[in-house]
Amino acid sequence: MNRILKTTAVAAAVMGVIGVAQAREQVRIVGSSTVYPFASYVAEEFGATTQYPTPVIESTGSGGGLRLFCNGVGEGTPDITNASRRMKTSEFERCQENGVTDITEAKIGYDGIAFAQSNSNEQINLTREQIFKALAAKVPQDGQLVDNPYKNWSDIDSSLPDRKITVYGPPTTSGTRDAFEELVMEAASEDMEAYGGEAYTDIRSDGAYIDAGENDNLIVQRLTENTDAFGIFGYSFLEENADSLSGASVDGVAPEPEAISSGDYPVSRSMFFYIKNQHAEEVPPMHEYANLFMSEQMIGPMGYLKGIGLIPLPEEDRAEARQEVESHAKLELSDLK
Amino acid sequence: MSQSFDEITAQLKRRHRKSARLKWMSMGALILAATFLVVFIGDMLVKGLPAFQQAQIQVEVSYTEQSMQIPPAAVSDEARSLVSRGYLRLIPGRMRDNPELMGTTRMEWVLADSEVDQYLKGHYTRLSESHKRAVDRLKEAGRAELKFNTRFFTSGDSKMPELAGIASAAVGTVLTLIVTMAVCFPIGVMTAVYLEEFAPDNRLTQIIEININNLAAVPSILFGLLGLAIYINFFGVPRSTPLVGGLTLALMTLPVIIIATRTALRSVPDTIRQAAFGVGCSRWQVVRDHVLPLSLPGIMTGSIIGLAQAMGETAPLIIIGMVAFIPDVSTSFSNAATVMPAQIFTWAGEPERAFTEKTAGGILVLLAVLISLNACAVWMRKKFERRW
Repeated sequence: MNRILKTTAVAAAVMGVIGVAQAREQVRIVGSSTVYPFASYVAEEFGATTQYPTPVIESTGSGGGLRLFCNGVGEGTPDITNASRRMKTSEFERCQENGVTDITEAKIGYDGIAFAQSNSNEQINLTREQIFKALAAKVPQDGQLVDNPYKNWSDIDSSLPDRKITVYGPPTTSGTRDAFEELVMEAASEDMEAYGGEAYTDIRSDGAYIDAGENDNLIVQRLTENTDAFGIFGYSFLEENADSLSGASVDGVAPEPEAISSGDYPVSRSMFFYIKNQHAEEVPPMHEYANLFMSEQMIGPMGYLKGIGLIPLPEEDRAEARQEVESHAKLELSDLK
Repeated sequence: MSQSFDEITAQLKRRHRKSARLKWMSMGALILAATFLVVFIGDMLVKGLPAFQQAQIQVEVSYTEQSMQIPPAAVSDEARSLVSRGYLRLIPGRMRDNPELMGTTRMEWVLADSEVDQYLKGHYTRLSESHKRAVDRLKEAGRAELKFNTRFFTSGDSKMPELAGIASAAVGTVLTLIVTMAVCFPIGVMTAVYLEEFAPDNRLTQIIEININNLAAVPSILFGLLGLAIYINFFGVPRSTPLVGGLTLALMTLPVIIIATRTALRSVPDTIRQAAFGVGCSRWQVVRDHVLPLSLPGIMTGSIIGLAQAMGETAPLIIIGMVAFIPDVSTSFSNAATVMPAQIFTWAGEPERAFTEKTAGGILVLLAVLISLNACAVWMRKKFERRW
């Protein structure tokens, strides 16, 4: 009797493992922690309103997600990856090498990156150049590049408050950091002669910039404790903590939904997800999920995702993005350049 | 050499002072540790207890053709933004299951939106002034209340804080730990029995012993990398499942169980073994019938502590994909699942304020389970302990 029981148990365990290797109803999604709140909202809705199980979403960061996504085709690789920046050409090439050749890109909306402080301070307006000078590892002085000498904001410009420069921000693995470096550091340094017309994105490591980890809530908490400090994080966290934080205006534009959507607010970025069309047969609900994500009730100006901080695309862009997802448009290398 | 009485008195005083100082210092250390513990648990209780209550409001729900198509139409305009969308979403399904509902209008207690919940609990909320007044009116009429949050214990994760619960994570934890125990209890005990009772004491077994002790101190994230490389990439075990999670945690728990079992075996006095050999038992019979039963309480205690340790682990699970958004309660070892500490980690990163209390509530549940597991281990040790 005992032996029979044991044999059955072992057989059942083996069957369990084999059973998974067949067609899969559950969509597997990885990628950006910024897109994660939106994607998981759609996933939950998808699970609750269709007969399919809720897709599994892992928050791995944009880079980590694309690495898993481009690992190959078939069981064990994700069907969709979220990204808070566009796929890099190097990532696209890696995908091609590993046989992931049929990818559709879906643009879902914008996210602003807030440069925020505790609202016990007065409203502040910063230019990207000022932020750059506060954070760059080396800054030009009298035509020479020197180690960043600025200790207080007032050292950079006398009109700025006499507060110590302390900035809590995301680590290098984060898409938010990538976007911040591109939109602030690169944009500000390109026109500076001292860098020879090349973009400079090295962030100082003498303690003024504090790497606060992937958890944006942690930065929010730090800002309420250290009212002198600034923090860099996604706009949705600023909106959710509007009672204790206020966003600095950048180049004279405050981080408001309209300004981010129109592109007036300079530190805003697009969010994407990428679909591996080669999985469509094995994982039938994949495109249904993508279509639900792109629907007006989700990413539209009255959609649910707006309620949790997504900034919708303008109407024409939305229609175009939706069209691309519905027709499974294939992403080409030339699109990314 | 003789010392004067005065010298001895002075020396004695110094020694007494020294011992008093040491006593105060060690008491200070204890008080400091206790303060930290009280502050931590107090903070968790203050933040987490509200999570066990959830706002409900009484509204008129009309089951019509229209609400079948557009669920929000089932409640009045005024109440629409106060009612949880997660509740409205389920109306068509309920009408399909109970056809007699069609055409009726009833007063029902329904789940309120998390903003209403936060407002009733006196926290910061994004409700507009007019909605706040509407909630106040409902509250005065006795139609808005905080009720016990059963959903927290019966449903899985959700993006809507009012719907989020710890059930899917709890089931995931149970499934994962079943796999862990099924793998590492037999292997761990057999390894320890071999090393302690059968193996010769030579260079090889010494090396093995040192390595097992080292393994117990290896940072857990490395076991995650090992799990990813071996189970997922090499054997093709599906990602994010209790199966791969349990196997990975088993690697981590194995040394703990081996060490605990060896200690338990060693505490069985040799006279027992000698007596058994004396009546002609074989080595295997000695172990099976005498040594193992006598050391079982010690083995169980060690295993429970290993289990509790595995239960609180998140780091290796991040790498094998168990820190994910999983609202469905997993029903098999090969479905995607998450575990309780991973669920807490996920909630801690959510932007919505209402998730702060969910995070603390989840911590309270996890702590309660861990304390009862450890209490169980202590109780077993006390009950079955034998002194030789």
